[in-house]
Amino acid sequence: MTGGAKASGRGGAIWIVAEQAGGKLAPVSVEILGRALAMAREAGGREVAAVLLGKDAGGLADELASHGADKVFLADDPRMEPYRNDAHGAVLARLIARESPEVVLFGAGACGEELAPTVAARLDTGLGAHCTSLDLTDGGLLMMGVLGFGGRVHTEMFCPARRPQMASVKPGIFPPPPRADRKGTVVREDVAALLEGEKIRLRAVKVVREAPEGVPLEGAEVVVGGGFGIGGKEQWTLLEDLARELSGAVGCTRPALDEGWTPGEHTMIGTSGKTVRPKVYLGFGISGSPHHMVGVKDAGVIVSVNTDARAPVFESSDYCVVSDFRKFVPALIRGIRKAKGEGAGEPSPA
Amino acid sequence: MGGFHIVVLVKPVPDPECYDRVEIDPAAGVLARQGMPSVLNPSDRHALEEALALQERYGGRVTLVSMTPESSAETLREALAMGGDEAVVLSDRAFAGSDSLATARVLAAGIAKVLPFDLVLAGNESADGGTVHVPSQVGELLGVAHLANVIRLEVDADGSVRARTRIENGYVEVEGELPMVLGLRREVNTPRYTSLMGVLASQEKPIRVLGAEELGVDRSRVGMEGSNMRPGKMSRPSFCRKGERVKGDPEEAAARIVGILRAEGVLG
Repeated sequence: MTGGAKASGRGGAIWIVAEQAGGKLAPVSVEILGRALAMAREAGGREVAAVLLGKDAGGLADELASHGADKVFLADDPRMEPYRNDAHGAVLARLIARESPEVVLFGAGACGEELAPTVAARLDTGLGAHCTSLDLTDGGLLMMGVLGFGGRVHTEMFCPARRPQMASVKPGIFPPPPRADRKGTVVREDVAALLEGEKIRLRAVKVVREAPEGVPLEGAEVVVGGGFGIGGKEQWTLLEDLARELSGAVGCTRPALDEGWTPGEHTMIGTSGKTVRPKVYLGFGISGSPHHMVGVKDAGVIVSVNTDARAPVFESSDYCVVSDFRKFVPALIRGIRKAKGEGAGEPSPA
Repeated sequence: MGGFHIVVLVKPVPDPECYDRVEIDPAAGVLARQGMPSVLNPSDRHALEEALALQERYGGRVTLVSMTPESSAETLREALAMGGDEAVVLSDRAFAGSDSLATARVLAAGIAKVLPFDLVLAGNESADGGTVHVPSQVGELLGVAHLANVIRLEVDADGSVRARTRIENGYVEVEGELPMVLGLRREVNTPRYTSLMGVLASQEKPIRVLGAEELGVDRSRVGMEGSNMRPGKMSRPSFCRKGERVKGDPEEAAARIVGILRAEGVLG
């Protein structure tokens, strides 16, 4: 195991661990890079570096530099593709031990969510999970905002004594930064040397990526959400019709997912699911539990439709419609078609 | 080989149905969760189910291991009613306030006490903390291969493992050999119901309680003192918005919402 370090001076570097797949950077990597750059600025200037692991990933290293990373540590090697927590964890832990950054941020996608605790254990340092805010205090401590108990409790977490201070962040928490068109330094690492003496036990034999159905939640301008109040799979198609009309995406709450009305986990919005930031969120049959509302809190406008005038969701909404969605959605689709000048045709039967 | 020794990590958590009752004590800045019943962490049932299916196929032993106050031991009895041979409760005042790594340290010490193990299965995340850290960190501390986000698992009699792990829009097939620590997602299986026979049998199953002394853990490396992460201020997040009521029948209300969609520039 690679030894970590005790806290020392201030002003150390802020790192992000970038994730890539299929020749593209994961959006969350750019989002956390944006937050790292902002924190560095707010602290009066710090070095911001990215670490990129992969094969033939030089172009993506340049892309990270152009987004504003001062330095990109590139571990470009066949052994770095596809991702495995043992090979990636070993290389990262050794790089971090060598360079001693103050802060290391991970995207909490499926891989980062596993890689971050692996590295934290190797370095014996603290890791904040699924942070919803990150700020440097005047004393140079990373203040990590985390939510527990299904979004009902917000706690400020710190790693006062050990370094680096590490945090993971889910996709969609921070907005992507504007492209900076800067030119940083790319440092090519000797992966064989970094892996020397490390036991690599896992073999990733197949990576399967399924084309997502419909519009993905991330980046959708309109998200239509459904909860337990939708009541069944047949009615669910009504939400899909509405989303199609608005070129939007459909998301769901945990209870609706558990009922099996939705295509799967990847459509769940909330603390244990996705975070979205559409211009408009239209929620139907949603009770308004913090678990779900955490995932839509950055939406521009929230419209909620519920038959229960006292549903808690209305407190967390901008516009509240007390109505049966089975009547309201067809009326809304007619209204949208009319507004778009397509005539007031009947919506396709659900 | 007479099957595997499978350790299942389980955690009693405050019932997620009662999370609305979690209060923050503003003076002390700590959580007040009195009167909240404990239940078995939901995804742990899936870990136990997977262990029981492997036991049915290959024989061997299933041991439940939990770091929890002794007062939650009844929740372990509930888990034992679903199945498993015995439970080991890791309980000590010194463990209170452990972050995920300190928790993993206690669990790894507990697992070492029930050695030799072939496979450690855990729910991918807990309902209360939900860090998804513990399976990976236990694996690191035990010095064995580990995976989180497992959605399908095959273990052969010779100990070779094929696991499918969830990634964004897809999955990865990973191969390796026992021993391993795996964090299982809920998609991995459908847990069995507890039978009356199971409830009766659970009364006879041993529950061992081990403290810091018996585990031989360094007290300065566990609990609040041994945790790298420290909590600061706690608060209740607010999601409040203006909550304007849209009046009228569905047609009138829809017309108003269309106006809002237009104003937000999302009508194309």
